[in-house]
Amino acid sequence: MEEDIRIYVEEAPGQRTELIGPTDMGLSLMELLKASGYDIQATCGGMALCATCHVEVLAGPALPEPEDAELDMLETLPVVHEGSRLSCQIRLTPRTDGLVVRLAPTGA
Amino acid sequence: MSNTISTDICIIGAGPVGLFAVFEAGLLKLRCHVVDALPQPGGQLSEIYPKKPIYDIPGFPEILAGDLVDNLMKQIEPFHPTFTLGERVEHFAKLDDGTFQLHTTDGTEIHCKAVAIAGGLGSFEPRKPAVENLEQFEGGKGVHYMVRDPEHFRDKKIVIAGGGDSALDWTNFLANVASDVTLVHRGTTFRGAADSAEKVQKLAEAGKIKLVLSSNVTHLHGNGKLSEVTITANTGTAETVPLDCFIPLFGLTPKLGPIGEWGLELENDAVKVDTEAYSTSLPGVFAIGDINTYPGKLKLILCGFHEAALMCQGAFKYIYPDKKYTLKYTTVNGAPSM
Repeated sequence: MEEDIRIYVEEAPGQRTELIGPTDMGLSLMELLKASGYDIQATCGGMALCATCHVEVLAGPALPEPEDAELDMLETLPVVHEGSRLSCQIRLTPRTDGLVVRLAPTGA
Repeated sequence: MSNTISTDICIIGAGPVGLFAVFEAGLLKLRCHVVDALPQPGGQLSEIYPKKPIYDIPGFPEILAGDLVDNLMKQIEPFHPTFTLGERVEHFAKLDDGTFQLHTTDGTEIHCKAVAIAGGLGSFEPRKPAVENLEQFEGGKGVHYMVRDPEHFRDKKIVIAGGGDSALDWTNFLANVASDVTLVHRGTTFRGAADSAEKVQKLAEAGKIKLVLSSNVTHLHGNGKLSEVTITANTGTAETVPLDCFIPLFGLTPKLGPIGEWGLELENDAVKVDTEAYSTSLPGVFAIGDINTYPGKLKLILCGFHEAALMCQGAFKYIYPDKKYTLKYTTVNGAPSM
């Protein structure tokens, strides 16, 4: 079994919650956030088609570049930030250990 | 009201689960009327991912979402369901005799003996940009989230915001209808269909439309009716432009909508049900598919199909409390018919 990793969710400036995520289940960050009780709809279930799992990556390791489907969806949103990503497209792997994210407001 | 429809079960939501409920109801000789806010049946499958393959439908190693919808429509055909599409159920009332009266946004009235809510995550509604007083100008006062009738914008000064396909397509179309079109996009490039993006660029170069990149509409102004908007560039500079209509086009996002106001017990924007018949806290009203919640709930189409079958048993008992129902197999009874 591979090692668990740590993901940090910033709820307010300076206030971060640590989540422990397994890397051997093929989980996405969206699934971890949902399972941890965060208010994420994830309507499309992880196909980069609804943007209800929009997060802002604040710090941490470099992530693989987003694919076209994710970029296309982010394009339609009224507000995006420099670190905007769809959390359903971020896989939990040893390389994502230490990622810090903030949830985008619902519907944005 | 001239538009009254009378049926046994009114199914709210024409997604896969709502459609399959028509089949299960049909086996019990219950007639169904299906209402959906989207203009076509299929729910998320048609609207969001018609070309995506699904791998966990029993008996189908792989099937495209759109094909599953087509098959379901074919499967329920023998039961002659009726549809009201493109309208959202707005008002809901339980009558003294235990039947229900529903009204849609467009004034269609439906009288039914039981209600099955199969609304998925709610109805798809336009995603709204975070502009402060946006809501003040909704409902005919200048802000439009979709183009229902292009003629409405004839000879008007309009500002469209967005960078996706619908923003590009409507900019191109309305360039020939409105007197003045401005497209505001927060980015510098368009990822939408290459030819529509190119068309927009050409129209801008020819001076037919105004293209404002790296900018957002940040403020709306007007006294009762929208008259000006402030467009702020990412650099911070702002300009105020006069207009008749502002059309933000940022795609669709699901909202629970009026279902949340019908007095049903909810939990996290989902309708709580008893799993014996997927009944809600209001007798005669059932909830199936993604919209319901219960211990162990899995949001899978196949689970929704199971829920639909049990729900129909419950609806049958609610409608005919004195009738005894025995399970009949389609293999025994032959081709389904009403």
